[in-house]
Amino acid sequence: MIKAILIFNNHGKPRLSKFYEHYSEDTEQQIIRETFHLVSKRDENVCNFLEGGMLIGGSDYKLIYRHYATLYFVFCVDSSESELGILDLIQVFVETLDKCFENVCELDLIFHVDKVHNILAEMVMGGMVLETNMNEIIMQVDAQNKMEKSETFIFQSTRQDR
Amino acid sequence: MALKIVKGSIDRMFDKNLQDLVRGIRNHKEDEAKYISTCIDEIKQELKQDNIAVKANAVCKLTYLQMLGYDVSWAAFNIVEVMSSSKFTYKRIGYLAASQCFHESTDVIMLTTNQIRKDLSSPNQYDTGVALTGLSCFVTPDLARDLANDIMTLMSHTKPYIRKKAVLIMYKVFLKYPESLRPAFPRLKEKLEDPDPGVQSAAVNVICELARRNPKNYLSLAPLFFKLMTSSTNNWVLIKIIKLFGALTPLEPRLGKKLIEPLTNLIHSTSAMSLLYECVNTVIAVLISLSSGMPNHSASIQLCVQKLRILIEDSDQNLKYLGLLAMSKILKTHPKSVQSHKDLILQCLDDKDESIRLRALDLLYGMVSKKNLMEIVKKLMLHVDKAEGTTYRDELLTKIIDICSQSNYQYITNFEWYISILVELTRLEGTRHGHLIASQMLDVAIRVKAIRAFAVAQMATLLDNAHLLTGNMQRNGICEVSYAAAWICGEFSEHLENPMQTLEAMLRPKVATLPGHIQAVYVQNAAKLFATVLKSQEGNTDSTAAQETSQLMIERLPLFVQSANLEVQERASCILQLVKYIQKLQQKDVEVAEEVSALFAGELNPVAPKAQKKVPVPEGLDLDAWINEPPSESESEDEQPKAIFTKEETKHSRPRHIEVDEKELARRREARKQEQANNPFYIKASPSSQKVYQDTPGVEHIPVVQIDLSVPLKVPGETQHQGLPMSDQYVKLEEERRQKERAEKKKKEKKKRKEKRSGRGKKHDSGPESEEDITPAHMVDIVTEEMPENALPSDDDDKDPNDPHKALDIDLDNLGEMAGRRPLADSEKLPVRSHRAVEAAKSPGEDGDAETVATQQPKKKSGKDKRDDKKKDKDKERKKSKDEKKKKKHKHEEKEEDLLRGEVHEPVVQSEGISQVAELPTSTSAEEAATVAAAEAPVAEVVSGAAQDSEPDEPKDTEMEETKSSKHKKKKQKKEKEEKEKKKKKRHHHHHRHSDGGGEESVQNGTVEEEEPLPSMSNYCLLAENSYIKMVYDIQGNLQDGSQVVVSVIFENKCDSFLKSMEFNVLDSLNSKLQRPEGSGPHDGLTVPFQLPPGVSNEARFVFTVQSIVMPQKLKGTLTFIVKNEESSTHEKLDFKLHFTCTSYLITTPCYSDAYAKLLESGDLKGSSLKLEGVNMPFHHLLARICFHHHFSVVERIDSCSSMYSRSIQGHHVCLLVKSSGQTVSIDAKCDEPTMLGNVLDEIKQTFSQC
Repeated sequence: MIKAILIFNNHGKPRLSKFYEHYSEDTEQQIIRETFHLVSKRDENVCNFLEGGMLIGGSDYKLIYRHYATLYFVFCVDSSESELGILDLIQVFVETLDKCFENVCELDLIFHVDKVHNILAEMVMGGMVLETNMNEIIMQVDAQNKMEKSETFIFQSTRQDR
Repeated sequence: MALKIVKGSIDRMFDKNLQDLVRGIRNHKEDEAKYISTCIDEIKQELKQDNIAVKANAVCKLTYLQMLGYDVSWAAFNIVEVMSSSKFTYKRIGYLAASQCFHESTDVIMLTTNQIRKDLSSPNQYDTGVALTGLSCFVTPDLARDLANDIMTLMSHTKPYIRKKAVLIMYKVFLKYPESLRPAFPRLKEKLEDPDPGVQSAAVNVICELARRNPKNYLSLAPLFFKLMTSSTNNWVLIKIIKLFGALTPLEPRLGKKLIEPLTNLIHSTSAMSLLYECVNTVIAVLISLSSGMPNHSASIQLCVQKLRILIEDSDQNLKYLGLLAMSKILKTHPKSVQSHKDLILQCLDDKDESIRLRALDLLYGMVSKKNLMEIVKKLMLHVDKAEGTTYRDELLTKIIDICSQSNYQYITNFEWYISILVELTRLEGTRHGHLIASQMLDVAIRVKAIRAFAVAQMATLLDNAHLLTGNMQRNGICEVSYAAAWICGEFSEHLENPMQTLEAMLRPKVATLPGHIQAVYVQNAAKLFATVLKSQEGNTDSTAAQETSQLMIERLPLFVQSANLEVQERASCILQLVKYIQKLQQKDVEVAEEVSALFAGELNPVAPKAQKKVPVPEGLDLDAWINEPPSESESEDEQPKAIFTKEETKHSRPRHIEVDEKELARRREARKQEQANNPFYIKASPSSQKVYQDTPGVEHIPVVQIDLSVPLKVPGETQHQGLPMSDQYVKLEEERRQKERAEKKKKEKKKRKEKRSGRGKKHDSGPESEEDITPAHMVDIVTEEMPENALPSDDDDKDPNDPHKALDIDLDNLGEMAGRRPLADSEKLPVRSHRAVEAAKSPGEDGDAETVATQQPKKKSGKDKRDDKKKDKDKERKKSKDEKKKKKHKHEEKEEDLLRGEVHEPVVQSEGISQVAELPTSTSAEEAATVAAAEAPVAEVVSGAAQDSEPDEPKDTEMEETKSSKHKKKKQKKEKEEKEKKKKKRHHHHHRHSDGGGEESVQNGTVEEEEPLPSMSNYCLLAENSYIKMVYDIQGNLQDGSQVVVSVIFENKCDSFLKSMEFNVLDSLNSKLQRPEGSGPHDGLTVPFQLPPGVSNEARFVFTVQSIVMPQKLKGTLTFIVKNEESSTHEKLDFKLHFTCTSYLITTPCYSDAYAKLLESGDLKGSSLKLEGVNMPFHHLLARICFHHHFSVVERIDSCSSMYSRSIQGHHVCLLVKSSGQTVSIDAKCDEPTMLGNVLDEIKQTFSQC
């Protein structure tokens, strides 16, 4: 199970937080801070697994992260997930973002966190991996966006009618 | 109308959207918090508007703010509104917001059930998808129960997109509602072979999660998974399956044997590192599960270790890390094969990556031997010095201690070295593990007797060195060490070279800065030292020295007497007085040393931490047996209860205890002494008994051999670090010693050889020196920790009882396949949509119960017992949900004959004589109907028939649900079944009683044993209703304030219009007044703090102050409100009467039986009694009802007789003795307020006359 997915930048500013278990807002912020603290002080060429986050999970849980330019993508998972598998999943996630936003950068995530959530929802559901095939993910996301567009179109046209 | 729309769109143009908000926040870096608070105000305004687009926009912004750490739970209702929008765009926003901030205690969740159900069955697959995604984040037990069936249906949806989501969410549903697992399992299994790979992967995912927690239930799926493993090409699925096999193999070694080959093939063939790694992992698990000695598997081990070595040597740090991780698993069973890679692992210790170093440390644990321990620890000590960051250093510290102390100090050959290592570790600053070092010091000093003198010397130096006392006390966990040092110096003070100096060190003023528990030890051990010092000084002719020592104590101790810590204070003042007295005696030239040291005489033995728990119950002692006569027995039913409740009888019963004749007493005393003598854990009063204790065989028989030390205790050249020893020197010494030993051995061998040559002809095995040949420096006998004799070697003490996965431990075999064995009971069917029972939270019976039954399922029982229990549980469950269903049916009827509400009668059921099962307390009906209506209002209800086609096992039952014409007949069948089951269960009970060996079953303090499920109950009763609104209410006493009661009123909107501006007012009486806010007049009404959209209900609380609580009261009141619909709004009012019963002033208070007995004996209570005829319900239902409706708690229960207790808010005690025989229930009651008691009894009578 995945317990939480966090994206924050090099300064620890959260860009996306998805907890699959309930925590109070304060605890969530604390977890983000702690995770940032743990992850940010690690060198570039060390392994991507990290134990010892106190707030989330305990001994069975690991932090698996990847660092892309200005952003950290951190998954907090338990022992039922394959470490290398999750690393691949992060890669798929980032590539998907890249396709959906066309050359994704931090600003995309800053201004369209809702869209990132929607993409993530097609990959991970309730802490379990739903889909790992990038084409499938993109297809579903596109279809939903299309639907959204058609709705706004109808909405606008009805307004004009009146 | 048009104007409004225009206005709305203009508003919208000025509204900020999410991007504007983000931009704004970025532009207000200095005053971000202020900016956000204005934004939140704007959002609040936007949420008040009717335009759903504006609302959705606001909710979208809130989701962003939630990520930044702002609590947005206040907008929960608006989120629900947005969720229920018909537009996908807004719906998605709503569900996203809900998934981010809803959780189990969010109360609006219960309003979402129907909306979610609607979305699940939406023709648009993305509506369904969004609802499933959202639900996966905030599903609650209620939602899971209500929607399980709908989701099950979706598992066979035509679109794979929906199917995979539905399959995946089932795991969450199982977690929240374990009962759904069995009925859903066949379909889940079916999905393992779904044509769509995504669905298949989801099903594998879910089953893997389930199997991880309770693997044994999924063994039967192994062939299927095996097939998948050999056929699938999806690496994700493969990884999951292989991981699952890793969990299954320990349970079934045959499976492991089969797996090895395909896994090895995969290892050789795959290019994906992730898959390779998981394969290696599972092979390791298989090898662990197989007996390790099998020769033909050594190849597999070699393959694994070899592959892992490649991983570890890889430049990719991730692979290195994982390689080490897997290596540590092999280590447990095949240490030899790992040990050959010691070089590699030691190399990893120097890696710059902390994660990797930590993993390598784990491996070290298994690499040490007597030979290399010192070397490895030395290396680690170097790391300790170098390490930056306390976490890694702490980890090193614990590892050093772990490595050294493992398997009872197996690898330590030189304890002086170990002590010096420990002392060196104390120099670490800011470690959290001071207590660990301390406990090691204590452990070694106590258990290794030969080392004590050395340890004491070291500890004395430690105490002398003030460096521990300086520094920041709060952060410095190392000061714990001084706890151990002080204790060791005190306890073994006879070994001290200069006790006076140590005594002075212990009494330094600086000690007062240490934490209290350490100071306490200082004080106590100063006293021990004092005794030793006195002894040595009195031997001398100079008596002034002894007096000076006393003087020192008297001067220094007052500092501790003033301590804020109670323990320190108490010990210090006690010892101070003692010393003063001693001084007095000294001045009279009396020799006191002997007496003083007698205070601390005797040896302490190490006791294992679990010893206390493991003391076996002596034969013939039944802890559950009554000490006195039980208060009631079935044959003496009429007299016994009075013995408790009437005064005259108590007079008779009391002297009975005193009149035991002397002989009997003497005999008993003798017997008790005998038993105490045999019980090593009984603390004897006389000092002589200590000896007896020590002489008993088996306690202190371990010989502690004092052997001449071959290593000098004083290390030459010990000057460097304030006299602290350097462990290195011991390493050198040890080396020398070993060499010497070797040389000696060689000599001996030569001798032997000579002897051989000389023709003795005896064979001597003297191979090359192996590590086992290294003898410890001194034959230390490590005293084992004491355990009680014949303690049970069970180690099951550490199991988490709260694990949610326990409830999912459900036997899933023979599901569907072999119809005969354990088909789904109809009770196990998922609840099909019907009326919702919202009172679940209120009533103690229902769901909570079902869950506890599931969790209570005893796990660790053997053989037959287990099966019996399971069966029983299942019966219980089955019956319970049957009850539920009946209730539901009942509700159905009720709703149809709406007018009959309030006078429920079910003649059919009652005449059957098992009315209790189907019965419903009257008061419940009103409230239930209210909540039912609330939950069901928006959607017309149709029982979804989807369940039928998918569950072939239970068509009959589904039919039963629907065909009303044949209902009667079937009901009877059902009942018969039920009765049978009951009989069965009774038999079980008997069986149990026999096997228990006749121990009386009794229930204490409200833990009513689970006999039969309780009917649901609710305290809410109807207050008033008209065509617009309905009010139900409940009154609860306020525990904190003896003059307050809280009236909770649920308002329910029954019409299609909006209800607003509700005002609640009552006419106060002299005795009872509604609490109004300050400044309002005595006749002003209170505004109800919410509005009610159509079909919604909500609860408000009103506080009343009451003066006298002995009489029931009625207050008249009015509710005024505005009914607003699209065309018009009208002002309406509704009159009501609030009935304050005496019961409502009672508060459920637990009471222990001894306190209860005292209360009754006190004679302050006045009695009264009541007889109820024709009560048709089992006794525990009766009790539950009294507990629930009248706020009592059960003090004690024996068969069909029970004592109960409650307290009023003003502290009146109310005691009941309830007895039932047949249909007659008699209640004897006592209370210090007779009027009140009379009223309470009347109310109880009322409750039972209604049913």
